[in-house]
Amino acid sequence: MAAPITSEPAPPPARGYWRSNQMRIAPWLFLAPGMVFFAIYVVLPIFQSFHISLYRWDGLGEARYIGLQNYERLLDDPAFYTSLWNNLRWLVLYLLAIPGGLFIALFLNQQVRGIRLYKSLFFFPFVISQVVVGLVFAWFYNPSIGLLNPILGLFGAGPVNILGNPNTVTYGIIAAGLWPQVAYCMILYLTGLNAVDPEQVEAARLDGAKGWKMLWYVILPQLRPATFIAVVVTVIGALRSFDMVSVMTNGGPFGSSRVLAYYMFEVSLSEFGFRMGYGAAIAVVLFLIMMVYIAFFLWRMWREERGY
Amino acid sequence: MRFTLKSAAAALAMTTALAAPASAELTGDLRIFFNDQNPAPRAAMEGMVERFQEMHPELNIELTLIDREANKTQIRNYLTANAPDVNGWYAGNRMRPYVNAGLFEDVSDLWDGPMGEELASTRPALTLDGKQWGVPYTYYQWGIYYRSDIYEELGLTPATTWEEEISNCQAILDSGRKCYTIGTRFLWTAGGWFDYLNLRTHGYDFHMALTANEIPWTDDRVRETFANWRTLIDMGAFIDNHTAYTWQEAQPYLVNGQAAAYLMGNFLVEPLRDAGMTDDQLGFYQFPEITPGIPMAEDAPTDTLHIPAQAQNKEAAREFLLYVASAENQTIANEVLGQLPVNSNAEVADDKFIQAGFEMLSNATGGIAQFFDRDADAEMASAAMEGFQEFMVMPDNLDAILNRLESVRQRMLED
Repeated sequence: MAAPITSEPAPPPARGYWRSNQMRIAPWLFLAPGMVFFAIYVVLPIFQSFHISLYRWDGLGEARYIGLQNYERLLDDPAFYTSLWNNLRWLVLYLLAIPGGLFIALFLNQQVRGIRLYKSLFFFPFVISQVVVGLVFAWFYNPSIGLLNPILGLFGAGPVNILGNPNTVTYGIIAAGLWPQVAYCMILYLTGLNAVDPEQVEAARLDGAKGWKMLWYVILPQLRPATFIAVVVTVIGALRSFDMVSVMTNGGPFGSSRVLAYYMFEVSLSEFGFRMGYGAAIAVVLFLIMMVYIAFFLWRMWREERGY
Repeated sequence: MRFTLKSAAAALAMTTALAAPASAELTGDLRIFFNDQNPAPRAAMEGMVERFQEMHPELNIELTLIDREANKTQIRNYLTANAPDVNGWYAGNRMRPYVNAGLFEDVSDLWDGPMGEELASTRPALTLDGKQWGVPYTYYQWGIYYRSDIYEELGLTPATTWEEEISNCQAILDSGRKCYTIGTRFLWTAGGWFDYLNLRTHGYDFHMALTANEIPWTDDRVRETFANWRTLIDMGAFIDNHTAYTWQEAQPYLVNGQAAAYLMGNFLVEPLRDAGMTDDQLGFYQFPEITPGIPMAEDAPTDTLHIPAQAQNKEAAREFLLYVASAENQTIANEVLGQLPVNSNAEVADDKFIQAGFEMLSNATGGIAQFFDRDADAEMASAAMEGFQEFMVMPDNLDAILNRLESVRQRMLED
């Protein structure tokens, strides 16, 4: 610390370490509990996963070091590629939640009697547990008792067996996942719309902008922070899509709806899964994929904070 | 039967111990984790505990009921940390991971006594590495449960040969019904079909060698089994959309008469009765012969109790297992369960299906298999049952499926 420049008398000689460094230490003290838990529950397991992925271990007995063999086997494992491909579909299609949420938010952003009630009703799917959403959709799709086939029948289509058909099952699960995710994006945009500057809208209107042009050039740029958060939560939500798959299909039929997170669980922790090392190798791959996105987002945030 | 002086002395000691429990009073806690919350098994287990408690009033018995599916993953946690004194599990290779890891107590000493003679039929299923690792309390038959009223209407009688099975099935299909209901969402139901088709096409020894990874999946004999299966699939014998249903969700097809039969374990009877089916509508027959002359082998999964290696009160746990194995207890408990007692001195309940199963299993000269997912190693079981489900939907993928299973087998042999 620089010495005080004022002409005050010199500070009392006996100042403790704590007093002289209080300002510097205090933030670290406040951060310490969070950092300790983050290290124990997040950082350490990452390294442990790397470590376990180099072993053959059934989770019960002795672990045996096998180098990179688990990764080599991943490369010839058709189930791994199915899972990877399904993860990609999840990533792309799940992003539909963002325009969907924006559309509903724009629709609900008006002053009508009882609008709060409508907003909360639209938000409702996000409040329900993912497991319940999965169950409800599984019943909806059920070919013998579900509502979907009678509805399709009204239009002369169907019957379909969405969750039992390897070609449609992943899309069926993603559709179920989109329902709460759209609600989430909607609430992000609703709060964003509150912050839109009415003067800019007024000015644009005087200049003759309306409809799509108004949305694209005036409203959306002001919603950028909301869009950014929506993309982040949707991408992460897509990559960790485990609960829906587990509840609706258990990865079936014959493994065609697996995603990496579910496959990892299946080989290492499920009823027949005793391959901890192999599961850890899948976890590492999933982590590296997530790392790409997380690094990108962190870089963006860092850039924006520096004011570019 | 081997009857030595030593075992006679042991028998005498055991019977006196059972007859006069007060001689060695058990104290302390006995914690039991039982793996079924369904009404009948729950009542059976609670009954066992109650009777054992009466014999040992000083013992503090604590019974925890765990959901059947949840137990399959929780077992590794509770066996390694805070183990109970007795836990429920399954016979056959399903025990292997825990036996290999040293988490199950060796209970061969119990089997050396008279209990071993009374439970002789299941000794192989409880034996790994030459030792016994648990005690069975019940088992049940598998077979074909069929709508006898539909058979009567169509003038059919249950098949005893494969040709009859197929011609019966054709008649059922012609009447606008499906031959078999099945729900393969959780895969194991397809494992039952594979077990029976393989046991009947090639016999018990071949089936056991295959599940022990001794025979390649690409072997022509395996293809013959699948070819028989394909005959039924190509006829359209199974209900549509079975991949979407659990085994329970497939029951209404049988109850509503949209399908005429269900290959299942005897635990099917209770829900069907609850659904209003009478014994006049529902019948049972043994899976018919396919290759003539092969001795009939059956699937009869055995449910078991074990002592974790880290149990605190092993003395009381051993005493409890002895009681569970006794003829008296097995008679009462299996009456409640609606299943078959393992103890040869126990009485079989007076029920149409239990009696039929008892007779069938007593004459199972070919051998008794546990079930696909208990005979095969865990990893092979899950890969293979997934393949069976795929085959039932896309039989043309057979080559790809078998090659995949063979590569799993090769990898397991390497490990």
